Amino acid sequence: MIKDQFHDGMWKQNAGLIQLLGLCPTLAVTVNITNGFALGVATIFVMILSNISISPIRQFVPESARVPIFILVIAGLVTIVDLSINALSKPLYDALGIFIPLIVTNCIVLARVEAFASKNPILPSFYDGLFMGLGLTLVLIILGAMREMIGNGTLFQNLHFLIGDDYKFLTIQLFNSDHGFLLAALPPGAFIALSSLILFMNWINQKQKK
Amino acid sequence: MTSLDSPAIKKNMSVSVIMFTVVFALIPALIAQIGFFGLQILGNLIIGISFALILEAVCLKLRHYPIKPFLKDGSAFLTAWLLIISIPSSTPIWVMLVGLFFSIVISKHAYGGIGSNPFNPAMIGYAVLLISFPKIMTNWPSAEYFDFNNFLNFSQLFSMFTSLDVVDGIVSATPLDEIKTALFLGEPIKNSFSFFDQFNAYQIMSIFYLIGGLYLMIKKIITWHLPVSLILSIFLFSFILHQINPDVFMPSLFHLMNGATFLAAFFIITDPVSSPTTLNGKIIFGVMVGLITVIIRNFGGYPDGIAFAVIFMNIFVPLIEKFTQPKVFGYE
Repeated sequence: MIKDQFHDGMWKQNAGLIQLLGLCPTLAVTVNITNGFALGVATIFVMILSNISISPIRQFVPESARVPIFILVIAGLVTIVDLSINALSKPLYDALGIFIPLIVTNCIVLARVEAFASKNPILPSFYDGLFMGLGLTLVLIILGAMREMIGNGTLFQNLHFLIGDDYKFLTIQLFNSDHGFLLAALPPGAFIALSSLILFMNWINQKQKK
Repeated sequence: MTSLDSPAIKKNMSVSVIMFTVVFALIPALIAQIGFFGLQILGNLIIGISFALILEAVCLKLRHYPIKPFLKDGSAFLTAWLLIISIPSSTPIWVMLVGLFFSIVISKHAYGGIGSNPFNPAMIGYAVLLISFPKIMTNWPSAEYFDFNNFLNFSQLFSMFTSLDVVDGIVSATPLDEIKTALFLGEPIKNSFSFFDQFNAYQIMSIFYLIGGLYLMIKKIITWHLPVSLILSIFLFSFILHQINPDVFMPSLFHLMNGATFLAAFFIITDPVSSPTTLNGKIIFGVMVGLITVIIRNFGGYPDGIAFAVIFMNIFVPLIEKFTQPKVFGYE
């Protein structure tokens, strides 16, 4: 059961590449690994909490009023995450900007609550939130790495926002960033990078079928 | 007795004849460009076009199409040519190859090959380079006068290999760049420089593009609709702006003679694939490209906006064609 859920979240029903849910942060914040990772973790957090808080009340939620109730719960959780990031790392909070509050409208959270947590007990719902979130985070990190490498010539830029100024040395300079391929860091680059990932994934799936 | 063709029978030109007539019409402007900027552009063309043809062949092979007939149509040749003459000749070779990759692979073959590409391939390559490498793409070498020695200086031919970075040399801003800078600094344009004292390289090249374009019209490769509507539109809209505030907005003739106005009017927006096919549609397309170009040049962040205007209007081509379908004779 857990194994299936893990496989679903990471590959078969990957939120970023197969369900194509949560595209707003996927495309907008992944200019570097740090942003992708931080937003991914925030999303995992929100997804787990929303799944395990809605799963126990699933019998009491009236069918017709479920979406406002789900959204209210999610919004409360996102506010917690938003304020926590602001308190823990102000520069990261500024870098992610509007996209932390926007986790509320992120369809992946509502989709998992609606499709899974409102029909299943707590423990599977917990694993669903965790694995779906991990799958999305993985996509965010890969996208961030691709765009950061090509567009800026660095890796792990701004990572010290997350883990402290002592770790500035982690930033790797791959080439002189004067002539980075700016397109990768701009919005069109996000679309091209995401579509290349989807292309790659479909190609692997097709090969496996044969 | 001489035998005459029947006048009513229209000769069907193959795609390759059309493409190579267009290339032929581009040659006078190329000669002017070599005279001003040196032989490097010729080396760029040789390298770039070979690379573009290889890319085209690889894509055709991957897509299981016959390679020879599609290579012979010359579309990749012409796309590469248009892209390479639009970028500064001092561009490092890898930047040029990136642009060609986006032109041929992304904007043409990813969309289904020639005939199915919604966007003008050369302009996609140019726009990718312009937004990705703004520093390199605005580094036009300075060209004071037409120099015949440039044709003999063969050492320049492959100088893009000498350095992978931007070739250091004397660079100067294009007239449109100077205007943008002057506007940015808030100087009145009339004091910033004089623009009709002598013809500069860009204006001479514009005249040669005009000549080449007229040749294409005489040969009936292109109709008058697209070029004339674009030129008139740029003329009209920049005239209006100049009348409103002559201190800030340049006169119409300046906008016609500088930048890519004539190149775009005769060679770029006349691309048969990505432009409208209906006659009224062509006029709408040309006018809108001109309007957007004038807006970008006068109010936007980039000195010349024709590439963006063409790509932007390419999106609307299906819509334009839908509303300009001519009535079939005999139907209401």
